[in-house]
Amino acid sequence: MSAGVGVDLENLWIRFGDFVAVRDANVNIKGGDFFSFLGPSGCGKTTILRAVSGFLEPSEGNILIGGKNMKGVGPNKRPTALIFQNLALFPLMKVWENIAFSMEIKGASAGERRKRADELLEMIALEGQGDKLPSELSGGQRQRVAIARALCAEPHVLLLDEPLSALDLKLRQHMRTELREIQKRVGITFIYITHDQGEALTMSDSIAVMRAGVIDQIGDGKTIYNDPATPFAASFVGENNVFRGKVKQVSGDRVLVQSNRSGELLARVSTANVGKMKEGDSAMIFIRPEAFELARTGTEGDHYVSARVVNEEFEGNVFNIFMEGDGGKEIKVSLPNHGQSFDSHKGETMTLRYDVRNAVAMPAGVLATE
Amino acid sequence: MPRFLKDFLNRNGTGPGLVMLGLVLFWTVGLIILPQLSMLDFSFRPNLPPPEMGGPKDVYTLENYKYLVYGPEGGSQAYNAVDLMVFFRTLVAAVCVTVFNLVLCYPIAYYLGQTKGNHIRVLALMLIIPYWINEILRAFALRIIFGETGVLNTILTGAGLFDTPFDFIRNDYALYAGLGYAYILLMIFPIYNVIESLDHNQIEAARDLGAPWWRIHWRVVIPYAKPGISSGCTMVFMLSAGALAAPQILGGPSSLWFTQLIYQQFNDSSDWPQGAAYAVVLLVTCVLLVLGAMRLFKVNMGDIGK
Repeated sequence: MSAGVGVDLENLWIRFGDFVAVRDANVNIKGGDFFSFLGPSGCGKTTILRAVSGFLEPSEGNILIGGKNMKGVGPNKRPTALIFQNLALFPLMKVWENIAFSMEIKGASAGERRKRADELLEMIALEGQGDKLPSELSGGQRQRVAIARALCAEPHVLLLDEPLSALDLKLRQHMRTELREIQKRVGITFIYITHDQGEALTMSDSIAVMRAGVIDQIGDGKTIYNDPATPFAASFVGENNVFRGKVKQVSGDRVLVQSNRSGELLARVSTANVGKMKEGDSAMIFIRPEAFELARTGTEGDHYVSARVVNEEFEGNVFNIFMEGDGGKEIKVSLPNHGQSFDSHKGETMTLRYDVRNAVAMPAGVLATE
Repeated sequence: MPRFLKDFLNRNGTGPGLVMLGLVLFWTVGLIILPQLSMLDFSFRPNLPPPEMGGPKDVYTLENYKYLVYGPEGGSQAYNAVDLMVFFRTLVAAVCVTVFNLVLCYPIAYYLGQTKGNHIRVLALMLIIPYWINEILRAFALRIIFGETGVLNTILTGAGLFDTPFDFIRNDYALYAGLGYAYILLMIFPIYNVIESLDHNQIEAARDLGAPWWRIHWRVVIPYAKPGISSGCTMVFMLSAGALAAPQILGGPSSLWFTQLIYQQFNDSSDWPQGAAYAVVLLVTCVLLVLGAMRLFKVNMGDIGK
């Protein structure tokens, strides 16, 4: 198998008429990485993928694959292979012919092709299914055939355009693990497009969060989740409670915010925004539902919030408690299931405590609307 | 009652279902099968004046078929070389027209089918509108273009490409152009129909896997479009082999089309049995050729209806 090579996007702009689909993207993807572009539909992530695969010429900027500029190189000449959202298997070719299509183009004999196809079929655990038509396979099997077909071309970079979105939940979760394993085995660079933060977090070495053509943040899953750079990244990846207010005091990476409805809150300035917040600025603080814990009622301070229990949702491993703070501020809290229930506390006011390290502050901005 | 019939009636209601069935039966049996059978019957009878029809002389005979092969009894030649030549030339020419049409129409159909946008409607409309004009007028229009003092010759001699006008009509160019043009839509639309439903991602997938454009067509688009191609080819072949107006108007004086012979026998010689025999031979040969071609290209009868 060919080793993975790096992919670099340099000042990449893609416009369709007046519409800017991708705005000044700069990304360095390391060879052999599993890299995800994560964002809502229409954010430009598929456009980037099409540009990398060569179906679309960037309006400005460069795409480098393995250090080589791909300007003017057609999709059939690039060391990339693309897995389409709908897989796009050839319905009239047998499974093995589908897999070995790239070898057919290079003029390999039927025997060679069959042999290679069988090897790949074994790798994707579909031995002996080569003579079937794609329509005779299940969704998950077709998925794997599409991967095998792409790998057969021995690409240096595999591009995947939301390949799991057509599968049902169980299969999707299973395929996550499988994709990750295949990627480790073949060692090539994977670039993965998804709007599903779960997929991105579980599989990726690195994630780029995109919004409206702009890359908001690039980092590994933990960084994106724990230390978001923008309000959009904070609210799009995972669930978050947002508290709006004005900066009252800054000291180092700690900031005290006079929140609109929940009193004074102390928070940590997210790494990307250290030094960018000053007194009087509008600010947002993000606290994840699982970052709260119950405190003794009546305790007060700059890392406490009090709220009234409105509703409880039992999710098995956690209780989701929906609370209402001062002025109708909605707060969601997730507490691990220790066998207790909060049903009897409906209507009661409780005090929530958080660790300041888990409250992330940044200048106010656009949230993900979902 | 067979199951499919019951399902059909259940689906459409008994009343409407029966009406539809009746109409289709009337169409196929009353308007196609029975008249053809009567032609078949004619073709095996001698040409008799009306009073003698049904009389003792009215017996089944192979005379009319023999005539096509051997010519008039006591004739100077061993075979009916003229008619046979016309027959084979018609078939070969019809095959050529079909292939030419396919080569011409496949790219158009592909473009129409795989391109999005309003201009596609305009293009389709521009293809259809000329067919509002009567077939005979269209043929005469081509005569004006291809005639000795026609548009094409004026341009070509004017541009200095030819010293003397080229006789497109005597050399049958006009005829082939006319036949090709007459059935363009019947080739384009079946292919367009199929290609329109081809997922564009498949073309991109093939390209992404390294395929050059011709191989994408060879391995992905053409196999997918095969039902459309075969139904277009069948129609164009059948209709050009059976065409009458275009050969009458655009054919050179010496080059007859087989349908013209049939026409002459029915009309000029009032020899219906002879004409019927020629028509039956043409029909059967064409059907056999189509079936043979379908076999060769592994097309099912069901695909033709797609």
